[in-house]
Amino acid sequence: MRLLKIAGLLILLAFAIAFPLLFPNPAITTVAVFTLMFAAAATAWNIFSGYTGYIALGHAVFFGTGAYTLAIMCQDWHIPAGYAPFYLLPLVGLVAAIIAIPLGIIALRTRRHTFIVITIAFFFIFQLMAYNLRGLTNGSAGIELPIPTWSGDFYNDPFYYVTLAVLLLALVVSWWVRNSKYGLGLLAIRDDEDRALGLGVKTGPSKLTAFVISAFFVGILGGVYAYFIEVGIYPAVVFDPLYDIAIALMSFMGGIGTLSGPIIGALILEPTQQYFTLAYGENGWYLVVYGAMFLVIILLLPRGIVPTISERWARWQASRRNTPEEVVVAVASGSAVAASQETQPMVERNEGAKEVNL
Amino acid sequence: MNIIVEAIITGILTGGVYALMSSGLTLIFGVMEIINIAIGALVILGGYLSYVLQQYLHLDLFVGLLITMPAMFLLGLAIEWAFIRPLKRDRVMFSILVTFAIALIIEGVLSQIFGTNYVQLHAWYVTASVDIGGFYLAYIYIFGFLLSVVLLTGLYLLLYHTKLGQSVRASMQNRTAAALIGIDVERVSLITFGIGVALTAAGGMAFGATNSFNPDSAYDLISRLLVIIILGGMGSLRGALIASLFMLVVEDVTAVVWSPVWSSTVFFILLVVVLLVRPQGIFGQLEGRKQ
Repeated sequence: MRLLKIAGLLILLAFAIAFPLLFPNPAITTVAVFTLMFAAAATAWNIFSGYTGYIALGHAVFFGTGAYTLAIMCQDWHIPAGYAPFYLLPLVGLVAAIIAIPLGIIALRTRRHTFIVITIAFFFIFQLMAYNLRGLTNGSAGIELPIPTWSGDFYNDPFYYVTLAVLLLALVVSWWVRNSKYGLGLLAIRDDEDRALGLGVKTGPSKLTAFVISAFFVGILGGVYAYFIEVGIYPAVVFDPLYDIAIALMSFMGGIGTLSGPIIGALILEPTQQYFTLAYGENGWYLVVYGAMFLVIILLLPRGIVPTISERWARWQASRRNTPEEVVVAVASGSAVAASQETQPMVERNEGAKEVNL
Repeated sequence: MNIIVEAIITGILTGGVYALMSSGLTLIFGVMEIINIAIGALVILGGYLSYVLQQYLHLDLFVGLLITMPAMFLLGLAIEWAFIRPLKRDRVMFSILVTFAIALIIEGVLSQIFGTNYVQLHAWYVTASVDIGGFYLAYIYIFGFLLSVVLLTGLYLLLYHTKLGQSVRASMQNRTAAALIGIDVERVSLITFGIGVALTAAGGMAFGATNSFNPDSAYDLISRLLVIIILGGMGSLRGALIASLFMLVVEDVTAVVWSPVWSSTVFFILLVVVLLVRPQGIFGQLEGRKQ
């Protein structure tokens, strides 16, 4: 089973690497680059929000900061077009991470809905600053970045591989966090913060570290995006409230707090969104469809795809192994788990499936 | 000095309108423990409804409220019944996501119908102004403020002098206990949500007459309203009123003594500063572990 899993992952990885060769059509690779960007952003968002249960709706702050950092660096240091801007990306991520430290210290003093609202407020502060700090950001006129020197069918490929690398790195970090003692502390915070503190989890530094890690990756993605779109960056484009909600939605759809959930959510939602934009243009209906999709996901699959499927799978396995009576018990305990979840916020969503197995 | 007094007066008058909109938001939070992000879009929808009634039926803005407020009340009931009631777990978080989706749908429909050009409501009291000790103020600021006073007084009477109001306040204090003593909490939630949304119709009219707006204005509005109710303390009506007046006065004064460009930023920075001192807001209670 384990071997099968590793083989499956390797095949997926090989497919992801070979994708631009299999589908060289630029229209397709463009969608692929955007999809990977969102998959990586949702994965990074999940490292903080998914594991700690603190829902941040202001990650566009780091996205926009990353985009502006790269643009300003290219402008002030006269970085030539070509691969040079890519080498600056770690630095860009670092700037976003450093900005995340004071924001995190302030926002993480609060909890639940107040935290959500503070992150939204931070988003608007940064958007307003991008408009108003003209000396730094050039206001609503935006900043031009150097235009990549390569072109034609090959144009998307370097961006594709850079984004894929960021995604893999974010995924490795996410996996490590999920399986480390540190990550266990984060999950404890999600389940019951006060008790976690009482049991010796350093809740403050833990939350802040996760916040900064996710900001680092989202900042890098902002840099990649700024270089990728060719037309220069503007406050409303890189500080976009829809970005905040999009990565949260993708994570929710796939399954918040799981490793693969955010990626699956991004793989489904981003191509759909790109398709609608291409087919109908960025008009009102596109927002209507996006909102409606959002409602359907939350009302029908509130726990996300991955936890729902893994629980069904576990029940099915149990029903194959056990005698009929035990099945009844297993299913009953499953529903008891589901019922107990109603009283505790966010507890053991994906662990519920394992309990059915016992 | 004169301009500062002027800014304070305009701040108080517009603050009254914001108090109207934010009281709906905080009332809904108090009773239902949900945050209705769609309120910004609903205010804009209310503004457009008034716009349509005025353009095509030539109704006076204030008379039009007799139609738009009941209509928005019904819309509120429908939203609560269809999308909020099914949420069982983790209501605060899911309600934010669901109402954000509703806001997107409203924004999409509005921009499809009306486009993204800015519109403003017109009436004689929007253009005519009155002389107050040396400066001129459009009548609509005063009328809008009076409208807010009337509606908020009505809300106060409803909450403190009717049976329904008692149920609402009981549900605000303790939802479970209210249900245990026989209050139909679901029905109270439904009506509260409807009232909150109906108030946005009036708020939207006053907002649309004093500002030009387009479907995109919802983001700006919701962020301000959220700041106001967080600052006042979530679920506290008194806090929402005081925070509205305070914030709008601060914003208008900043605009004249420093720069209009930075007035909104000051608005948000004030929130951060206050929360550093009092994370629960001015009139809120500490949120910690649920007992």
